[in-house]
Amino acid sequence: MNRRDAIKNVALLLGSAISASTLAALEGCKSSAPKNYALEAPETKSILAEIAETIIPETDTPGAKAAKVDEFIVLMMNDCYEQKDQQVLLDGLKKIDEASQQQYKKPFTELTAEEKTAVLTAVDKERVAYNKRENKQPEDGPHYFQLIKELTLLGYFTSEPGATKALRYVAVPGKYEGCIPYKEGEKAWAM
Amino acid sequence: MNLNIKAQEQNTYDAIVIGSGVSGGWAAKELTEKGLKVLMLDRGKKLEHVKDYDTATKDPWEFTHRGRITIEQRETHPYLKRDYPYSEHNEKFWIKDIDSPYKEEKRFDWYRPDIVGGKSIMWGRQSYRLSDLDFEANLKDGIAVDWPIRYKDIAPWYDYVERFAGISGQAEGLPQLPDGQFMPPMPMNCVEEEVKKKIEANFKGRIMTIGRVANITKPLPGRTACQFRNLCSRGCPFGAYFSTQSSTLPAAVATGNLTLRPDSIVNSIIYDEQKGKATGVRVIDKHSKEMTEYYAKIIFVNGSTLGTTFVLMNSISNRFPNGLGNDSGVLGKYLMDHHFRTGASGKVEGFDDKYYFGRRANGIYIPRYRNVGSDKRDYLRGFGYQGGASRSGWQRGIAEMGVGKDFKQQITEPGTWTMGLGGFGECLPYEQNMVTLDNSLKDAWGQPVLKFDAEFKENEMKMRKDMMNDAAEMLEAAGAKDVSTYDGGSFPGMAIHEMGTARMGRDPKTSILNGWNQVHAVKNVFVTDGACMTSASCVNPSLTYMALTARAADYAVKELKKGNI
Repeated sequence: MNRRDAIKNVALLLGSAISASTLAALEGCKSSAPKNYALEAPETKSILAEIAETIIPETDTPGAKAAKVDEFIVLMMNDCYEQKDQQVLLDGLKKIDEASQQQYKKPFTELTAEEKTAVLTAVDKERVAYNKRENKQPEDGPHYFQLIKELTLLGYFTSEPGATKALRYVAVPGKYEGCIPYKEGEKAWAM
Repeated sequence: MNLNIKAQEQNTYDAIVIGSGVSGGWAAKELTEKGLKVLMLDRGKKLEHVKDYDTATKDPWEFTHRGRITIEQRETHPYLKRDYPYSEHNEKFWIKDIDSPYKEEKRFDWYRPDIVGGKSIMWGRQSYRLSDLDFEANLKDGIAVDWPIRYKDIAPWYDYVERFAGISGQAEGLPQLPDGQFMPPMPMNCVEEEVKKKIEANFKGRIMTIGRVANITKPLPGRTACQFRNLCSRGCPFGAYFSTQSSTLPAAVATGNLTLRPDSIVNSIIYDEQKGKATGVRVIDKHSKEMTEYYAKIIFVNGSTLGTTFVLMNSISNRFPNGLGNDSGVLGKYLMDHHFRTGASGKVEGFDDKYYFGRRANGIYIPRYRNVGSDKRDYLRGFGYQGGASRSGWQRGIAEMGVGKDFKQQITEPGTWTMGLGGFGECLPYEQNMVTLDNSLKDAWGQPVLKFDAEFKENEMKMRKDMMNDAAEMLEAAGAKDVSTYDGGSFPGMAIHEMGTARMGRDPKTSILNGWNQVHAVKNVFVTDGACMTSASCVNPSLTYMALTARAADYAVKELKKGNI
């Protein structure tokens, strides 16, 4: 059942007519791709926000939360990924919580910044090992942290705070200079 | 009866141009400037210069999916989804594949636009001249048929179109890649300069030059010089690269002689058995699906190689039961494309204190050196390289390990310099590589579809080894570290340089077009897009279509005035 049908069914259950404009507003997106409710659950967004902020924390420049990377990941997973990839991500979030419980007896979102970094550093190591595995099969899915990290970096560095504060964004350079001095610490160009 | 005559008069022009892309735009400009009343048809939607480039000035964060396409778009675009040109940044410029299906005996990637201006809006803009190395190749090798023209025939027309289109580049004095009427070249960056020096010092006969590109580096009337945004494929609000909209269309409109009709799917060309000429075209309105006829003395077919081939094949008459002008039976055969996606890249050390400013919509070019002069390989023809050097950005963080503050700091600074070289190789014209009309499947307008049966063969596969290994060898000689080779595989169509299905030739028995791009058997029909190519060369072909079009239009109008057509 797709999202549109689901909303219509809810409307029927409530015994109320639902206007086309309300329906459109509830859908929130022109895409007719099926929406994955688990992805849109508040718990999903909150753990994704904490994971993204751990990957790209606020420093002297904004972090992933300020760039609303959690919302971006959910939107991208809904619109641009197959259901099996969505499930890989959701299962991965559970694994991150399980690892947190095992090590710290707390869900991921309640860990300190250092604890979060420790958990995700281990997960990232596992991801890189998975990417380098032998006997890759075409039907193998991606590692869940590959999805998360890729979308976090994409979402952050193409966001307004990411592109303009963490990087240097020049919309219209107007010229090309092929060889200019660079000092360590200077930011890279956005795009 | 009177009504019919009136309708016929209203739908009558001096010339009809089918297609408004790179070559169609040139045909319209040249014919209208010579005083002909011209109807230019395109199946694509209207796209007004600047005004309709609605993504051209958007910032990255204004794209919902940051450039990526959705599952839904993948489902409606099963061919376009195969490669990068179809993206959220210019999604509306492309055709909806599922309305216009095609058949694949073997994989063929056909990337079709759905706009006035055709692919001139999204093209790669690399602009090179063919040389006599190309025009003489078939004759010398005993392959396919001889080109009916030589470099001297087209050279003045290259001059003519380059001056108007605006090509920036560096003259190098190479016989195999003739110089043109260049605007000042774009600069190389420091690493490219270094690699150039070392390649040229280590390999006799190999040079590296900045890409010759249809982005202007000085203003032209109504156009601003390139602003180095590198967002060309969204349409340029500065008119800084050659497109129909920035260049040929305004010139044609200014004559007052042009009628442009978008949303017009040309179904076929009308052939009059008595007159022995084409008299017009049948056009299906994209929205109403109604068929209308338009009439003219001259027809220029510029529907892009495969669109043109479809129109000719679908133009059936008693005289031409196998497609208009197809006495030879070669229509649809000898389909070519360039093969690419193989080469090498490596890291260049020692430039960590150097960077660049601006986004150059151009790379470097290494002209063909294989099978040139005394060089002899175990395959025919050759290849050129496109490439460039840059410092890696945040994207490297995806592959690398790391999370947190230090990781963030590290990937917000520019990374190592990488230099890459990717080959573009010539494909031989093979009779077996063909496209045919298939009546078992219909498009959304009830028309038959094209069926592809083409592949790269042994000659191309042997060449690819050189394309990969030579790239690595040159990078190593240039001092690059961690040089790695790649061959991502190349399917016909992917380079979007499809060519050859209505070739030029000297003999009507073995070709569709003569040396003036004129259909041998239907003298008032001209084909000047990629369909006319007798061989593929290894250089990007669009500039050649421009030159051949201007040349053919000049000839056509002279012949018309003489009463010969």
